[in-house]
Amino acid sequence: MLEIKNLSKNFGGFVALSDINLKVEPGERLGLIGPNGSGKTTLINCISGTIQNYTGEVQFNGETLNDLKAYQRARMGIARSFQIPKPFKSMTIKQNLLVPLEYAVQDNNLGPHGLDGEADRILDLLGLADKANDISSNLTQIEMRKLELARAMAVKPKLLISDEAMAGLSSNEVDDILKILVELNETTKITIIMIEHIMRAVMSFSERVICLDAGEIIANATPQEVIKEPAVERAYLGE
Amino acid sequence: MKARRDTRFYLIIAAVLILSYLVTTAMTNQYYFFAGFAILQFIVMALAWNILGGYVGYVNFGSAAFFGMGAYAAIVALQLFNASLFTQIVIGGLFSALLGFLTGYLTLRLRGVYFAIATLALLVVSETLIANFDYVGGAAGTYILPTRKPTILGVLIVGKQDAVFGNYKELLFFIMSFITLAAIATCSFIEKSKFGRGLAALRDNEEAAECMGVPTLKLKLIATTLSGLFMGVTGGIFPYYLTFVDPTSAFNLDISINALAMPIIGGTATWLGPVLGAIVLGTMQQVATVTISSELNVLIVGIFLVAIVLFAPNGFLGLIDKFLKRGN
Repeated sequence: MLEIKNLSKNFGGFVALSDINLKVEPGERLGLIGPNGSGKTTLINCISGTIQNYTGEVQFNGETLNDLKAYQRARMGIARSFQIPKPFKSMTIKQNLLVPLEYAVQDNNLGPHGLDGEADRILDLLGLADKANDISSNLTQIEMRKLELARAMAVKPKLLISDEAMAGLSSNEVDDILKILVELNETTKITIIMIEHIMRAVMSFSERVICLDAGEIIANATPQEVIKEPAVERAYLGE
Repeated sequence: MKARRDTRFYLIIAAVLILSYLVTTAMTNQYYFFAGFAILQFIVMALAWNILGGYVGYVNFGSAAFFGMGAYAAIVALQLFNASLFTQIVIGGLFSALLGFLTGYLTLRLRGVYFAIATLALLVVSETLIANFDYVGGAAGTYILPTRKPTILGVLIVGKQDAVFGNYKELLFFIMSFITLAAIATCSFIEKSKFGRGLAALRDNEEAAECMGVPTLKLKLIATTLSGLFMGVTGGIFPYYLTFVDPTSAFNLDISINALAMPIIGGTATWLGPVLGAIVLGTMQQVATVTISSELNVLIVGIFLVAIVLFAPNGFLGLIDKFLKRGN
């Protein structure tokens, strides 16, 4: 479904990603871990198109994405949340969801509830229904993270990338979000890439985990195997 | 429910247009049409500025460039093929719409203060170009003499007797009313449409908007084109209004400042803000011009701008909102 070939990205002299090769299968739940500054978000930016001038190739369902802008990639079914929440702050929570529903989703893919109904359904799923008409700039950080995820879900994606959606959430809330994501993955068969620092979450969620360090993939295996990998331990804890 | 509200809105617009015609037949003091025209002109400029500045968040300091180019495009049309008033307005609008599109294409990758400076530069370049363009009078300017006894389909439009309008001031006032109402209808439509929501999304966060499927560049180009169109239309009718145009008056920085200050003072959230701002400031400027001095205009704008920025950052609209909430 997603195939990344020889992807590299430099910021001036700093190598953010170096020769990344990665394949993600349809319906897969993939965890992406790595210390701060290891290139996780840069990789997501290259996939979603917010960074365009990388070398190498990103393919989605066999088509190259290299010449496509971020909005075109969203319309093909790639959605992401942002690590630092970027809500449309002049809008209500529900209006935030109407943007992707109107712009990224084809009319015939809206489902039986229509535009409004679909927005309500997603808000309900994430426990934001009673705040639907609140202005999003008044939300707490935690609610903003939920909104990030809700808005990405409103793209009705085939590939959902969640960039630290759970940071700061309580243990119960983490469980709630995990349940939603697993359900979403099992019922609609969408592929999910999860970047997360909460190990408990990413390990229980993922079928496969990739660990990045200094722009390179240092581990690519099942969660149980990755956690035992000496290179991963070194990356997190040092020598 | 929504459809009924829309119909009511457009009915009100139509009623106001008819009213503005009735006013021209009933009122005899010509000064009111002259002053009214100026205020309507402010309203359209403020609304046009707000399409880009309010809905998209790009601050345009070069409104006078689009206005002036509209005026001079109309003059070129007049010189070239003796275009009618109506054709002049259309050509002024189209030319500035094109200018808006091109400016947008070249500058919309710039953000914040850089975009503002680029539009200011456009104003300086435009004025210099026209001042050195002898075909339209160069720096000395040019006179426009209204056609005697203009007719449409055999009906006399302006004349002392048996005409639709008694004189040109009345005709121009009526046309300007029409343009104003068209601008209000356009802005109101934008606010309620998918297009408007896309603009708001990209104003709030361009990167997030793009990732949610919003084609940001395309939307911004439509906004600059529309904004340019309305400024150009206002410019296109301007030569007839004063019957004399020179680069200093057509590209005056005051036009840019008014176009920007009025929406900010009124509130940028909806079309009502620019309209309120333009009516209050425009009226005060007209009164000040007649009773004290025309130099006072800029001072009034300045004082208002400072006061609003300090005490009511969301303009009159914000104040009204606060007042209504307190009432509840």
